[in-house]
Amino acid sequence: MTEPSAFDAVVVGAGPAGSAAALALARAGRSVVMVERGPFAGSKNVYGGVVYGRVLDDIIPTWWNEVPVERWVVRRSTMMMTEDQSLAIDYRSHAWGVAPYNGMTTVRSHFDSWLAGQATEAGAQLVTSTVATGLVRDSAGRVIGIRTDRDGAELRAPVVIACDGVNSLLAKEAGLLPRAEASHYTLGVKEVLDLPAEAINERFGVRGHEGVDIEILGCTRGIPGGGFLYTNAETVSVGVVVSLPHLAEAKVRPEELIADLKAHPSIAPYLRGSHLREYAAHLVPEGGYDTMPTLAADGMMVAGDAAAMTLAAGLWLEGVNFAIGSGYAAGRAADRAIAVGDCSARGLASYRADLENQFVLADHKRLRKAPALVLSERVQQRYPGLLCDLAEGMFTVTNPTPKAGGLRVTRAAAAKHGVKLRELAVDTIRGMRIFG
Amino acid sequence: MSEPGSVNETTGAADGSLPLGGDTTPTGALRWRGISFEERMAGVDFRVGARAHITVDSDVCRSCTTRGCVTACPANLFAPTSDGGILFNYEECFECGTCYMVCNSEGAITWTYPDGGHGVVFHHG
Repeated sequence: MTEPSAFDAVVVGAGPAGSAAALALARAGRSVVMVERGPFAGSKNVYGGVVYGRVLDDIIPTWWNEVPVERWVVRRSTMMMTEDQSLAIDYRSHAWGVAPYNGMTTVRSHFDSWLAGQATEAGAQLVTSTVATGLVRDSAGRVIGIRTDRDGAELRAPVVIACDGVNSLLAKEAGLLPRAEASHYTLGVKEVLDLPAEAINERFGVRGHEGVDIEILGCTRGIPGGGFLYTNAETVSVGVVVSLPHLAEAKVRPEELIADLKAHPSIAPYLRGSHLREYAAHLVPEGGYDTMPTLAADGMMVAGDAAAMTLAAGLWLEGVNFAIGSGYAAGRAADRAIAVGDCSARGLASYRADLENQFVLADHKRLRKAPALVLSERVQQRYPGLLCDLAEGMFTVTNPTPKAGGLRVTRAAAAKHGVKLRELAVDTIRGMRIFG
Repeated sequence: MSEPGSVNETTGAADGSLPLGGDTTPTGALRWRGISFEERMAGVDFRVGARAHITVDSDVCRSCTTRGCVTACPANLFAPTSDGGILFNYEECFECGTCYMVCNSEGAITWTYPDGGHGVVFHHG
C-alpha cells in the first residue's frame, strides 16, 4: 500500500510542537496529517514542572478556559540544599492565580491530547499508533515524505515537519544532527504520588486551583542536575534531572536520587502518606542554542525537543512553550513555502528567521552560556552548601559570643566549601552577564 | 493490592488527614521506606509488542569496561552476566534513549521505537 502525495504536509509526532505545526497548517487551509507513534497524543511524553501558556495567547484566545489544567502555579520556589539543610527563594503571586495566569501544572496525556484536538478541529488529520520509520527522498535527495510501520505505507508531502522528540531519529537520518552528544542531554525521572487535595492544600499553603512548583539544586549527590516537586490536583510529582554522562560515571541508579530527595527533611513532610501511582523517565535536550541541529533541509524542518528547543537555563526551565512556539512557526513557514512552491531549505529559511525574531531563539541565543554555568562544578557541588552555611552562619544565634560580620561568615562558608572569594566574584559576574 | 511507595502502611492519608508516617532518624528527618523495583514498575502501563525494539550485541559488551547502561537505565533492563556479557530485556522499557546515549561501544546497542501503539504509555507524564 502506498499513499499518493495526498497531503500538503506531514507532521511527525503529536506532542506540543507537532500539534502546533499541524494547527498552523490546518488554519492556513493546508491538508496536513500528524503521525503519532503512541496510542494517543502525549502517551510517550513526560515533563518536569510547569507549562507556561503565554505562547498560546495569539494561537488560542482565552485558552485558559479550556486547557486541561491541574493547578495554576502561584508559588514558585528555588531551593538549594545539602543533606540536612535548605535555603529557598520562595515567590508567591496573587496575579499568577487569576486569568490570564502565568504557569500551570498539567498532565501530558491530557494537555497534549487537548492541543492535538485543537489541530484536528481545525482540519488536521491525526493517525495514532503509527511509527515514522524513515524518510522518503527523491532522486535529488529532497525529503518528499515518510515511511511508516503500517505495512511500510508511505505518506508523501512537499514538506515533512519532524517533531519526533528528543531522540529524533528523523533529524539524525536527514543529517541535520549527525551525532547526538550525551553531555548535551539529561535524564529526568519522576514519581507521581497520590495525595488527597486537602493534604496538598494544607501542606503547600494553597487552595482551590492554586499550585506550587519547587525547583531544587544540590539534591543529586554532586551529579550535575537538579530536582523538582510540584503539585497537581490530587497528586504531586517529584523527581530529578541529571546529566547523562555524569550519571553513568557515578554508577548511581536514578531512582536512588529520587529516594534521597523524598527523604530530605525539607521535602519529606510534603509527601507523608502518599502512594506511588506512576514512575516515568524521559530524556531532556538541555544543551541549548549551541547544540541545536540545522533546522531545515530540502523538504523538511525540525521543531520542539527534536530541535533541542528545551530551555534549561537554571532560573528558567521551560520546554513545552518552546515546543509550541517552534512548531507553530514551522507550520507557518511550511504554509509560506507551499504558497510559493519552494519547499527547499532555502524556501523554508523563514522558519529560522521567525524564531530569531521571537522568544524561541532570542531567549536561547541570549542564554546560550547558561547551561554550562548551571551545570558547572561550583554551581552544582559547592554553592548550595556554601549558601546554606552562609544562611546558617547569619541566622544562628551564638550568644554569648558576639555576632560574626557578614564578610567573616562568607569567608568561613567559602573556605569550608573550597571556594575562593575571587571565584565567587568571577561566577557572580559571569551569572550577571548571562542572566542580566 | 499492594501499595507501592507508601510511607507507612498504618498511616495512609486516604482519609485526608495529615498522618505522621515514616521512621524518624536521629536528626529528626523522616526516612522513607524503600520500595522494590518491581513495585516501582508495577504502576506503569506497558503494552508489550512482539518485536524487541532494542537489541544488544553481547559480544561487543564483553570488551566494555564502563557499562554505563547497567546503572543508568531507569528501567533497570541491563544485567551483566557471569561470562562478561550483558543480558537485556526490552519489555518494560521507557524508550528514553539513555542506554544508547551513555554507551561508548559503537554498535553494541541498536535502538529503535517499538511498533506503533506498543511500548510504554504514560498516563501522568
